Amino acid sequence: MAAIASRLARVRLQFAQRRTWALLLLAVVAVLYPYLVRPYHLSLAIEVLIFAIFAMSLDILLGYTGLVSFGHAAFFGLGAYLVAYTTIGLTNNLAVTLPVVVVGTALAALVAGFFAIRTSGIYFLMVTLAFAQMLFSIAIRWSSVTGGSDGLSGVSRPAIGVGPLSYTFDSRTSFYYLVLAFFLLSWWVLRRIVDSPFGWTLRGIRENEQRMLALGYNTFRYKMAAFVIAGVFAGIAGMLLAQFFRHAAPENLYWTTSGQVMIMLIVGGTGTLTGPILGAAVIRLLPNYLSTYTDRWQTVLGLTFILFVLFAPQGIMGLIQRFRQRGERREHSENRTS
Amino acid sequence: MAVNNVSISVEPGERRAIIGPNGAGKTTFFNLLSGELAPLSGRIFLDEQDITPLPVHERARLGIGRTFQRNNLFLGLTVYENVQLAVQQRLGLASRWLRPARTFEALRQEVLELLRALGLEERLFEPASSLSYGEQRQLEIALALAMKPRVLLLDEPTAGMSPAETTAMVEMIASLPRDVTLLIIEHDMDVVFSLADRITVLHYGEVIADGTPEEVKGNPRVLEVYLGEA
Repeated sequence: MAAIASRLARVRLQFAQRRTWALLLLAVVAVLYPYLVRPYHLSLAIEVLIFAIFAMSLDILLGYTGLVSFGHAAFFGLGAYLVAYTTIGLTNNLAVTLPVVVVGTALAALVAGFFAIRTSGIYFLMVTLAFAQMLFSIAIRWSSVTGGSDGLSGVSRPAIGVGPLSYTFDSRTSFYYLVLAFFLLSWWVLRRIVDSPFGWTLRGIRENEQRMLALGYNTFRYKMAAFVIAGVFAGIAGMLLAQFFRHAAPENLYWTTSGQVMIMLIVGGTGTLTGPILGAAVIRLLPNYLSTYTDRWQTVLGLTFILFVLFAPQGIMGLIQRFRQRGERREHSENRTS
Repeated sequence: MAVNNVSISVEPGERRAIIGPNGAGKTTFFNLLSGELAPLSGRIFLDEQDITPLPVHERARLGIGRTFQRNNLFLGLTVYENVQLAVQQRLGLASRWLRPARTFEALRQEVLELLRALGLEERLFEPASSLSYGEQRQLEIALALAMKPRVLLLDEPTAGMSPAETTAMVEMIASLPRDVTLLIIEHDMDVVFSLADRITVLHYGEVIADGTPEEVKGNPRVLEVYLGEA
């Protein structure tokens, strides 16, 4: 028994070491990336990182708390519009725009959450969808303020610092590094959150809310907190997108955007944080490669999604885990025969 | 299932068994005490405090812990994580959101101690869903005990257990601190008589007998109800 345990520990250690090397390699590639690829691919990487933040934020709700929101684009789009207003009307300095986005999306999430979290299941899905669609129609109709279907253009790239010590992330490369920093910071903070007692509270609610109540948890408060955290990080992702394209568009609020980020989660694997990153990469990159081979790339994308739902409901992360367990088993049996 | 005109008072530290034929309203009565159901009329007091308007989670915070007749666990989480959820709430850590749970030493120690006391420490990293029925039943009780409740409601703690598991469970319950007020719904009369100070008998939602085990044993209505059912 102890021998098996120590073998298992050795195999685990091997995996851990491999993972450390892989992450190190990934970090080096991420830093050198702008100098390795053409500008077009740099743009793709920026988009993937932004959508990865967006997808991770939804994972807090959908994967960890079990709240299936179909209106997460509301906060993504709100972040985009808030930074557009602030940048056009006031300043592009992150010291101002970032707090505006964070506070604005947090307040919106408090209001939307207050109503949505009273419901559950399909009703929660409908209320969140309705909230996002409401923002969308305001963005379209109230064109004197929101620019209507054109959205808001002329959003300059963000800056930091003051006076002679200020720096603007004007070039694509510099903006890439800014987005990379935001991505790493978001990943780190969200990782801390899901590993914390609060993160376990969320999983408890996902698994069995009634029992959480019986244990003395005011689950409403915790679901509210999850909703606000998810909203804020979605807002940050939306902010970065608007700064990247120098434009806030009503599509950022539309239900197809909510749908797209949900597909990223399902393809990547919910409740893992890493899964949504992989999902964002696949769903964002696949169309680019497919469209060089076929005009029917949307069909292929749809089929990919259906295949995942049918055969790998745990997404890419689920496949990796299955693969790893098989690896562990094989190394076991090899150890036993040798 | 309904209960009607049930008026009982339990002393602090008392061990009270609630018995009665199927459908007597025993679990409904528990649901009223824990707040899962709201009474149409009547009041519920804990010490001097009227807790009737309080929701489930606030009653739990005042010290009412319960187990469920059917195992009600976090099936997708491990045994350790199940108990951790109960302990971190009591220690007031549940909203700490930026420090990894494993770094809270007091939390870890308490979870491990509890699991050791209940004989579940071998199964620490198993998902609750992979436990045997009896083990799940133990975990069900571990969750309630981890709350360190003042009043513990046990809904058929030994239901579906083997004789050996039942004996172990009765010993475990008997060894609980005497200041914990205990209400037990139980069908197994051996369990009832070995644990209870007093017994309340429910029948069709009404109290038909209330007294010491000896009094209840000799009560003609109780015999009639039980023999009539058999």
